[in-house]
Amino acid sequence: MSDAKKAACLQGKGVTKVFGFGDKKTVAVDHVDFDFREGEIISIVGESGSGKTTLSKMLLGLISVSEGEVLFQGSPRDIRGGRKKKEYWKNIQAIFQDPFSSYNMFNKIDSVLLDCINMRGGKNLPYEEKFKMMSEACSFVNLEFKELTNKYPFELSGGQMQRLMIARIFLLKPKILLADEPTSMIDACSRSTILDMLLKLRDEINMTVIFITHDIGLAYYISDQVYIMEHGKFVEHGPAEDCIIHPKAEYTKRLINDVPKIYEEWDLSTV
Amino acid sequence: MGKVMLEVNNLKTKYVTRLREDVYAVDGVSLKIEEGKSLGVAGESGCGKSTLALSLMGYYFPPLHYISGDIIVDGRNISGMKPDDVRRNILGTEIAYIPQAAMNALNPTQKIIRFIEDVIHVHDPKMSDKDIYDLAKERFSILGLPAEVLQKHAVELSGGMKQRTVIAISTILSPKVLIADEPSSALDVTSQKMVIKMMRDLMDKGYIKSMIFITHELPLLYNVTDDIMVMYAGQIVEKGSAREMVFDPLNPYTKGLMGSIIVPEEGVRENKLTAIPGTPPNLKHPPKGCRFAPRCKYATPTCSGMEIPNVELPNGREYRCLMSERKIREVYENE
Repeated sequence: MSDAKKAACLQGKGVTKVFGFGDKKTVAVDHVDFDFREGEIISIVGESGSGKTTLSKMLLGLISVSEGEVLFQGSPRDIRGGRKKKEYWKNIQAIFQDPFSSYNMFNKIDSVLLDCINMRGGKNLPYEEKFKMMSEACSFVNLEFKELTNKYPFELSGGQMQRLMIARIFLLKPKILLADEPTSMIDACSRSTILDMLLKLRDEINMTVIFITHDIGLAYYISDQVYIMEHGKFVEHGPAEDCIIHPKAEYTKRLINDVPKIYEEWDLSTV
Repeated sequence: MGKVMLEVNNLKTKYVTRLREDVYAVDGVSLKIEEGKSLGVAGESGCGKSTLALSLMGYYFPPLHYISGDIIVDGRNISGMKPDDVRRNILGTEIAYIPQAAMNALNPTQKIIRFIEDVIHVHDPKMSDKDIYDLAKERFSILGLPAEVLQKHAVELSGGMKQRTVIAISTILSPKVLIADEPSSALDVTSQKMVIKMMRDLMDKGYIKSMIFITHELPLLYNVTDDIMVMYAGQIVEKGSAREMVFDPLNPYTKGLMGSIIVPEEGVRENKLTAIPGTPPNLKHPPKGCRFAPRCKYATPTCSGMEIPNVELPNGREYRCLMSERKIREVYENE
């Protein structure tokens, strides 16, 4: 209902990615259409090997699109050339699965955050100002900036690192955040903190979050729109309630069946 | 009441770091598993779940050291044994262990049948290869694994298949206790379900007498095990049947943990997730009294002043908190 009001953010028409050629051709993403609206959390759910990560790399502009086109804010996306790509990356940022490999281990935490401020044109601000911004970003993700100064990334726990990643996003304020399995390497307790922060990003800065996951429970909890992906194709998409509680595609039904439940009986016989 | 398969009394173990500091990873754990029962161990990362698994096997190689306590497997005390004796006499026949990411431990240059021969030859050097092959083939077919797997190398198998193979190999001698440490956490949901089904089959068909299942995924534990035990900072904070633990937690930490469960079922979206603030304590210097007190919103000054007793309820449930059962329910209801 409110879809029509929300501005278009990222759209795709027949987006395809083919690796190799001839006999060795692999179609990783096969003519997918999508329509991501501003200020929504969109989940892309699929098993390993379904092409989620390939699609996310295409959205980020890290690999080229073989066929079809991606529209950014209503007009075709043009990211040929380094300068244009950098301009595009001001609008889209990513968090990846492994927080431990997301940091340069020789740089202290301060410089990670300072870089973000400098990138947003705050290079000539006085340090007090920057300090204020960094503290604000850290308190957004429930971290204490004073405790983090002069620390190296390896001194933090996985959950803290991932939260610091979100603090970076808070400072950069991109239009789109692409989160590729951000919670799969941290335990259940820190997981809920991360999810709540993504919801906060949507509610407070009206950010579009593309959440890629294999866990259909997480997708149900967090997202407005859900896209179910199987073998490079979207088999089903729609609002989370429709898609996950009343699934139509066989694949979605199977995925939901395979997840352990607590309120209903978990049927083990259908393996 | 069934025969007690594994009994642990007040087990304490520690890690000694390179700087000669002691880290008390398992601190006074007691548990009891009867024949045909399974016990789940839940907790945050770093709370000592995996160390508990190693300690239960008697697998004390530096930096892990044994301090005190008894481990009794089917009436036999193994707590003082040397690690080498443990490997020869206990592992495989009495206790089997599936470590985290076990599927990556298969040697890629060997056929699967060789691992099974290795396992059996340690305990029975005279058994012929033919007999071993027949035994393995029969066991594999009962567990729903194709017999061709035996002649394959590990690289030819998918992740889920490798994991199931590892489980089949480690339980080939029908151990009394199976300790599974996150057996399904690196797999996708379909393979995970297959692994779980296989472990259920092992229990039902009597190839393992009892099971300890370690994971941080609570919906999984709820579906797999009879009882759940929650660990925090090396101690057990609550123990009870799976249903009680998920729907009626008593300890504040357990309550926080259960608040982080996400399942794709109707109405779950409206439940707000509750995160526990703060981080677990450093086990080099564990806090005095209740270890959860610094993060607990119901904590009073007395909590960190005295040793917290383990309260046992008449129905066999145990929890570690200063509040009485009635008080706890009152407090939770008023929220």
